[in-house]
Amino acid sequence: MRESRYWILSLVAAACLVVLLGTHLFLMHLDTLLAYLGMANPDPLDYSAVMARGRSGGWVGAYILLLAFSLYHGLYGLRSVLSEVVSPPGQRMLTWAVIAVGFIAFTWGTYVVIKSSLMGGV
Amino acid sequence: MAVFKIQRYDPEKDGRPYFQTYEVPVEQGMSILDCLFYIKERLDATLSFRASCRMGICGSCAMYINGLPRLACETQVTSLATDTIEVRPLPNYEVIKDLVVDLAPLFEKHQRVRPWIIPYDPVELDRPTKEYHQSPAELERYLQFAYCLKCGLCLAACPTVATDQEFIGPQALAQAFRYNSDTRDGGDTERMAAVDTLHGLWRCHMAGACAEVCPKGVDPALAIQLMKREAVFGKKKGRARLADPPHAVKLLPGILKAPEPTVKRSEGEI
Repeated sequence: MRESRYWILSLVAAACLVVLLGTHLFLMHLDTLLAYLGMANPDPLDYSAVMARGRSGGWVGAYILLLAFSLYHGLYGLRSVLSEVVSPPGQRMLTWAVIAVGFIAFTWGTYVVIKSSLMGGV
Repeated sequence: MAVFKIQRYDPEKDGRPYFQTYEVPVEQGMSILDCLFYIKERLDATLSFRASCRMGICGSCAMYINGLPRLACETQVTSLATDTIEVRPLPNYEVIKDLVVDLAPLFEKHQRVRPWIIPYDPVELDRPTKEYHQSPAELERYLQFAYCLKCGLCLAACPTVATDQEFIGPQALAQAFRYNSDTRDGGDTERMAAVDTLHGLWRCHMAGACAEVCPKGVDPALAIQLMKREAVFGKKKGRARLADPPHAVKLLPGILKAPEPTVKRSEGEI
C-alpha cells in the first residue's frame, strides 16, 4: 500500500481521537467542570461507576476504538520518526516491530476490556 | 581587498578539512567565481572547484558561501556586504576535493522519478505524425519547475536530507511534479509509485529552505505540497491533443519567419 494511504488513515485516526479523547477527558477527568456546568456526574473512578461502564456495550466499544485509533496514530508517528534514524536495511524490521508492538498492545488491551466486561465491569 | 576563507580537504592526504585564507583584490562586478579563478590562477593552483558556464545556467559552481548554498557565478562579492568571505563545499554531499562534492546521489534520485515525458502512445513518440497541442495555461502549470538547473543547492539546504540520506529530496520531487503536470505525459502512476513512499513525499518536513535557495526561483516545496494533495485526492489531468502542424499560415506583420529546419528529412520519411 502506498504511504499516502497510511497517512490518510493516521489523519482519520487523529480526527476520531479528538472525539473519543475529548469525550474521555470530559467525563473522566473534568468532573469538576461537569459539576460547575450543573451536569451531575458521580465520581468516574467510583467502583459502581466503573462497573456500570464495563457492562455497557457502548463504553466497551468506545474503549476498543480509542485503543485502536491511539495505537495506530501513535505507532505510525513513531515509525515515521524512527525511520529517519534507522538505516535502510533495518527499516523493514522496524515496520514489523511496530506492527508486532501494536498487535500485542491491541490484543492485550482488548482482552482486558472484554474480560472486565464479562466479569460484570470489575 | 577581500579575505577568502576557503575550506580545503583532500581525502587522500588530509586527515580533516581545514581553512586556508587568501586575499583577493575585489573590483566592482566581481563574482565569487571570479575570485576563485583569481586564486587558482595567481595564488594557489591546487585549489579545486567546479565551474562551467559562468552565467547561472549550468549549476556547476554550487557551493556554501557565507552560510548559504549559492551559485558562485551569480553571487556578487559586493552583495555579501562583508570583506570576509567563507566558502565551503555544499553540505549534505560527500566531498571529493576542496569545493568539489559528489553529486551522484542527486542524479540517482533524479533518475528514480523518471524525469522525462512518458507518452500515452509510445508509437507516436517513436514515429511522430502530428504535433502536441498545449495551451499557455497548461504550460504555466509546470513551467517554473522546468527551470531547475540540477545544481543541487536545494538538497544542500534541506534539513531533512541532512538527517535522512534516503529522502528522495526536493529536486527530484519537484521534477516528478513537473512531468506529472505535463499534459503530454502519461507516466503519473509510475512516478507516483516512486515518490509516494516513506522516504518520498511524506518525509518532507516543510521547512521551505529549498525554495529559499533556488537560484532559478523554482519552488520545490510548493511542488511537494501540490503532489501530496494529488496523492491523497487523486488527480484529473487533461491530455494534450494531437494536431496537424500548421500549414499555409500567413504571418502577421512584424513577426519573423521561423528558420528552416537544419536537418532535412529524406523523401518518404514520416
